[in-house]
Amino acid sequence: MDFTDAQIQRYSRHIILPEVGGKGQQKLSRAKALIIGAGGLGSPAGLYLAAAGVGTLGLVDGDVVDLSNLQRQILHTTAAVGASKVESGRRMLAALNPEITVKTYQENIAADNILRFLAEYDIILDGSDNFSTRFLLNDACYFAKKTLISGSIFRFEGQLATIKAHEGYPCYRCLYPEPPPAGLVPNCQEAGVLGVLAGTIGVLQAAEAIKEILGIGETLADRLLIYDALEMKFRKVTRPKDPRCPLCGTNPTITNLSGDYTVSCAL
Amino acid sequence: MIKVRIPTPLRPLTRGQGEVEANGASVAEVIADLDSMHPGLKQRLYDERGELRRFVNIYVNEEDIRFLKGKETALKEGDEMSIVPAIAGGR
Repeated sequence: MDFTDAQIQRYSRHIILPEVGGKGQQKLSRAKALIIGAGGLGSPAGLYLAAAGVGTLGLVDGDVVDLSNLQRQILHTTAAVGASKVESGRRMLAALNPEITVKTYQENIAADNILRFLAEYDIILDGSDNFSTRFLLNDACYFAKKTLISGSIFRFEGQLATIKAHEGYPCYRCLYPEPPPAGLVPNCQEAGVLGVLAGTIGVLQAAEAIKEILGIGETLADRLLIYDALEMKFRKVTRPKDPRCPLCGTNPTITNLSGDYTVSCAL
Repeated sequence: MIKVRIPTPLRPLTRGQGEVEANGASVAEVIADLDSMHPGLKQRLYDERGELRRFVNIYVNEEDIRFLKGKETALKEGDEMSIVPAIAGGR
């Protein structure tokens, strides 16, 4: 695939990096990334993946833009309040980079549609806001053999991990075997979240996705990154593979997506 | 003295402090000491059977204690313990 003069100019700051180069930029152009949630994390991640020239971006979100989203969901403008988030997101990404394809899915992911979505993409970014989606995505990506970049935020804290259980690394269940029961943790709306924290973690998800596509640098495939915005501290802890994991352990009990993913907790 | 990092959801119990100090030669002893200073903390970390809740991880330095000796994991002066619950926000 040859780049046009305009593309060479657009991506010149990438192309001059020895770690990227023309070859790396072509990898990005051919890559297909699916972003789950066009919200706090999906917005900054989507903007940077689009700017970087990731050729196909999928946006999955069933919601419409609410005024209370705009404090952090920078894909959307005040004029988009009331519009579908994926359509508002598509317009913003297309305006930033008309060279790429943006596909939109105005629905919430569930066990009966997730594998259909994953089949069309190489890499998945989790920007969802609830545990049932997080566990479902973890399991589905394992079965579909897709790399998942998991980011999550709460008040002033963020977490980031790259999930490549299909390549022998730990999965999300190795890290947290079970979601919290209902009522033990409030959701973002009740708890509040520092808007810019979504930017920090979402942009880090984009960075890790781009590194995975390019195959460069250190990954977070066996580490968890924890960010405390109040104390301005980043910490990395080990994330071992659990041989007793019900999904990717030695005697798995989860072998398909027919289990119960409903967690009556909103966070 | 063991330095313990407290995550934001539990900070109401530590009067907002993100880092507290406690005594103990194991994770369980430190948690007991913490609970005597900040009542309610233990209940947030342990389930009704007295086991560490499955959506809260405790790290000694950089290691997850579920892959060491659980709450019996030994601690020595200068170790840092971190409490890290699962979080799911994103939108």
